[in-house]
Amino acid sequence: MKFIEIKNCSKIYKNGVTAIANLDLEIKKGEFVFIIGTTASGKSTLIKMLYREEKPTKGEVMVGGINVGKLRNGKVYKLRRKIGVVFQDFKLLPKLSVYENVAFGLETIGMKASEIKPKVLNALERVGLKSKVRAFPRELSGGEQQRVCIARAIVNEPKLLICDEPTGNLDPDTSKEIMKVIDSINKDLGTTVVMATHDKDIVNRMKKRVVTIDSGIKISDVEKGGYKVHESA
Amino acid sequence: MRVLRIFIRNFRDSLRSVFRNFSLSIASITCITITLILVSLSIVISANLYHFTKNLEEELTIIVYLDEDVDSAKEQQIEAAIKDMDSYEFLEFKSKEEWKAEMQATSSELSATLEYLDTNPLLDSITVKVLDIKDLAKSAEYIRGLDGVKSAKYGEDTVDKIIFIFDVMEKATVVIVLALILVTAFLISNTIKLTIFSRRNEIEIMRLVGTRNIVIRQPFIIEGFILGVIGSIIPIIITVYGYIIFYDHFDGYLFSHMVELIKPTDLIWIVSLIIMIIGGIVGMFGSSRAVRKYLKI
Ligand SMILES: Nc1ncnc2c1ncn2[C@@H]1O[C@H](COP(=O)(O)OP(=O)(O)OP(=O)(O)O)[C@@H](O)[C@H]1O
Ligand SMILES: [Mg+2]
Repeated sequence: MKFIEIKNCSKIYKNGVTAIANLDLEIKKGEFVFIIGTTASGKSTLIKMLYREEKPTKGEVMVGGINVGKLRNGKVYKLRRKIGVVFQDFKLLPKLSVYENVAFGLETIGMKASEIKPKVLNALERVGLKSKVRAFPRELSGGEQQRVCIARAIVNEPKLLICDEPTGNLDPDTSKEIMKVIDSINKDLGTTVVMATHDKDIVNRMKKRVVTIDSGIKISDVEKGGYKVHESA
Repeated sequence: MRVLRIFIRNFRDSLRSVFRNFSLSIASITCITITLILVSLSIVISANLYHFTKNLEEELTIIVYLDEDVDSAKEQQIEAAIKDMDSYEFLEFKSKEEWKAEMQATSSELSATLEYLDTNPLLDSITVKVLDIKDLAKSAEYIRGLDGVKSAKYGEDTVDKIIFIFDVMEKATVVIVLALILVTAFLISNTIKLTIFSRRNEIEIMRLVGTRNIVIRQPFIIEGFILGVIGSIIPIIITVYGYIIFYDHFDGYLFSHMVELIKPTDLIWIVSLIIMIIGGIVGMFGSSRAVRKYLKI
């Protein structure tokens, strides 16, 4: 079953830069897909179109049955509630505790405190941070902060988890652990994962589907691929 | 329930924000306070002026004397023409016989004198009331031009002067108050702008997790409202106590009983309510301006 369907999609920024050109891509429900490519190749742009941070200039982007390009500003929240997003920079709120950071989104959508609590604890348990619920972001290591972000992204049980270089700021060992967490979310919860990354080791080790883009053009799409394959290709 | 929960949460956040950026809030609140004191002052003054003119209006009429040879048909015509005026409210005809009778009733000497004359030296008259005292001059002029009218008079000089003064005062207060309201709205908008910037991370996260746009905007609008309402507290106190003290000091009258003041209970609560509402609205107006300009969602 197709969960994401991108058809002949282009993104040209206002300054004239073509970040994505005539791209086609289908991702099935429950898949784990890496998006790789050199810097400025358009990875982030592609990902931003999935959660409608950017609108496609041309073509169609469908996510979970929603036509993202046609979505009105006032309805974007509907899409966002189905998607969790994790970034390289953690974007945690420094004045809120770990618990509050994860609960924050659920509170702003008006969920009852009694409903929020089990969800937050569950998410924190999944990322292995249950012991740090009361800590504040500044008291956590980089890897732990990123786990909080993952917990925040999955707390409302999204169908899709989008990660834009989630390990970009982390050392190799910590990155491995973060990848384990993301992999387990994909495997245990059936959440579709789309992840943009530079990290060759991770891509090579994980043996997942790899989509390579260069200057906004999809140049390869390989099941169980790795970075090396494409470098030689 | 859900909406209420969100509202309570946002209200709490807004209140926090007011106190977290207190030095900034104080600037807005001070400005609102000054504005509202002036608004209150101008409302109190204009209400009293209005009250005074209303009283005056009750007493101000145009006295129209008819020519000696006007017969009853002609008189009817004149009456009809007066009733035709836009400003017409009420008229009363009094014939020279009625005048004579009235005068004779007041004094016996006058009675004898009038009886002694074989013709009635008095004139038929019509007393005319107009809807707005501003129309007095125009209406008198019009009546004077009617055929069969000898004269049409009212307290010309005094009335014209009073009307002129009221007019100038009214326009001046409107201009000053509007200018102040604009400045206040601008200051509040500035305060909210800084709040928006200081909370941009939060806003980003909210957008990301699918918070509805109205919910994201709400706390800033509420904050503007709170600033406005807090700013109305001191003006309300001043209005209530100030007016009571003022009223008692002058025993309810100004200029040796010429101007009767409105009773405090008839005025202060409604004025307090009005300025609190103005404060809240100006606050929301200022913050929605900031939200529209600086909160891109
Ligand atoms: N908001 C924007 N306005 C204009 N141009 C942009 C914008 N965002 C990205 N670009 C341009 O679009 C191209 C693709 O950028 P993008 O961020 O998608 O690359 P990327 O593959 O994510 O790079 P990196 O690996 O460095 O993160 C670049 O040339 C970039 O300069
Ligand atoms: Mg990028």
